[in-house]
Amino acid sequence: MSVAHAAPAVPENLTWQGGSEPLKASYGKLMMWFFLLSDTFTFSALLITYGMIRFSQPAWEGAPHDFYFSTTHWPIPEKVFEAVPFLHGMSLPLVFVGIMTFILIASSVTMVLAVEAGHRGDRKDVEKWMLWTIVGGFTFLGSQAWEWTHFIHGPEDLSLAAKQIIDGVSTPIEGANLVRNPYGPPAFADLFFFITGFHGTHVFSGVILNILIFFNAATGVYERRGHYEMVEKVGLYWHFVDLVWVFVFTFFYLV
Amino acid sequence: MASHVAHGTSEKEIPAPNTGAIWKTFWILLILTAIEFVIAFTMAASTLRVAIFCGMTIVKAFYIVGEFMHLKHEVKSLIWAILIPTVFVVWLLVALIYEGGHLY
Repeated sequence: MSVAHAAPAVPENLTWQGGSEPLKASYGKLMMWFFLLSDTFTFSALLITYGMIRFSQPAWEGAPHDFYFSTTHWPIPEKVFEAVPFLHGMSLPLVFVGIMTFILIASSVTMVLAVEAGHRGDRKDVEKWMLWTIVGGFTFLGSQAWEWTHFIHGPEDLSLAAKQIIDGVSTPIEGANLVRNPYGPPAFADLFFFITGFHGTHVFSGVILNILIFFNAATGVYERRGHYEMVEKVGLYWHFVDLVWVFVFTFFYLV
Repeated sequence: MASHVAHGTSEKEIPAPNTGAIWKTFWILLILTAIEFVIAFTMAASTLRVAIFCGMTIVKAFYIVGEFMHLKHEVKSLIWAILIPTVFVVWLLVALIYEGGHLY
C-alpha cells in the first residue's frame, strides 16, 4: 500500500481514485474501449446472421449480365445499389455507397485532427475540426436517408421487380419493407434495414455526442478543466462507427 | 498526454500542428477503398475475390484501430484485451457461414 502513496504526482485525469491506473489508460477511455468491444459483438452478430442467411439461400448461378430480381435467389448487391442522387436513370453501381464511405473516412480524419488539436490545447482548432466532423456526420445521415428512400421505393421499372403470386396471378412486388422485397428474398431487405439502420442509429448518437463536445469546447469547459480528454473518448466512438461501416461496406455491398 | 497543457486562460504558446501520420493514414485508407472498387468491377466473383476483399478490410481496420483509435500506441495488455475476444467473432463467423450452407 505504501507504494501507491509514494507514486509520483500524476495529473488528476490520468489517475483512478484508487491511485495509479490499470493498463495505463484513464477510467473513461478504458470503459469506452470495453463498451466498443461489446458493441463489436452486437454488430458482428448482425453481420454473422447476414453471412449465415446468405449462404443458406440459393445464389445467382448465371452470368452477371443475365441477372434478374427474383425472390428465389439472393441479389447481386451492385445490381440493387446503382442509383446516385441528381443522376436519375443512370446505372452507377456502388458509386453512391463509395461516396458515403469516403464521407465517413473523411469525418474520421477531421475527428483525429480535433483530438490532435486537443493535445496541443488549441481551442480554436478543436472547434474547427469538431464542426467539420459534425458536418460529415450529418452528410452521411442524409445520404443514408436517400439510400433508404430509394430502396423502399423499389425499382422504377416495375417489370424489373421480383414477382409474387397474388390470387394465382404473378404480380410485381411494389416497394420493399420487412415482409416483401422487390429485389430478392425478404430476408435481404430485413438485413439491409437492420444492419444499415443499426449503424445509422450509431452515427446519429455519434453526431449528438460530437455536438455536445463542440459546445463544451466552444464554451471553454475543457480549457478550464486543463485537458481535452473528452474529445478523445468521443473520438474513439466516432472511429468505431467508421470501422463498422468499413465492414458493412465489404460484407454487404462488395462481397 | 494532456499533462503539458497549461491551466487557466492566460496567454500560452500553442505548438504547431503535427498531422503527418494522420494524413498518411487517410491516404492509405482512401487508396485501399479505391482499389476495392477497381477489383469489384474488373474481377469476376470468386472465392479468391472474397478473400482479397476480406484481407483489404482487415488492413483498413488495422489502420483505423491502430492509428486513429491509437490502440497501436497503448500498452500491450490493453491491445490483447481488445484483440483476443474478437477472435471468437471470427470463429462464430466461419462456423455459421459453414452451417448456413448446409441448412437447405
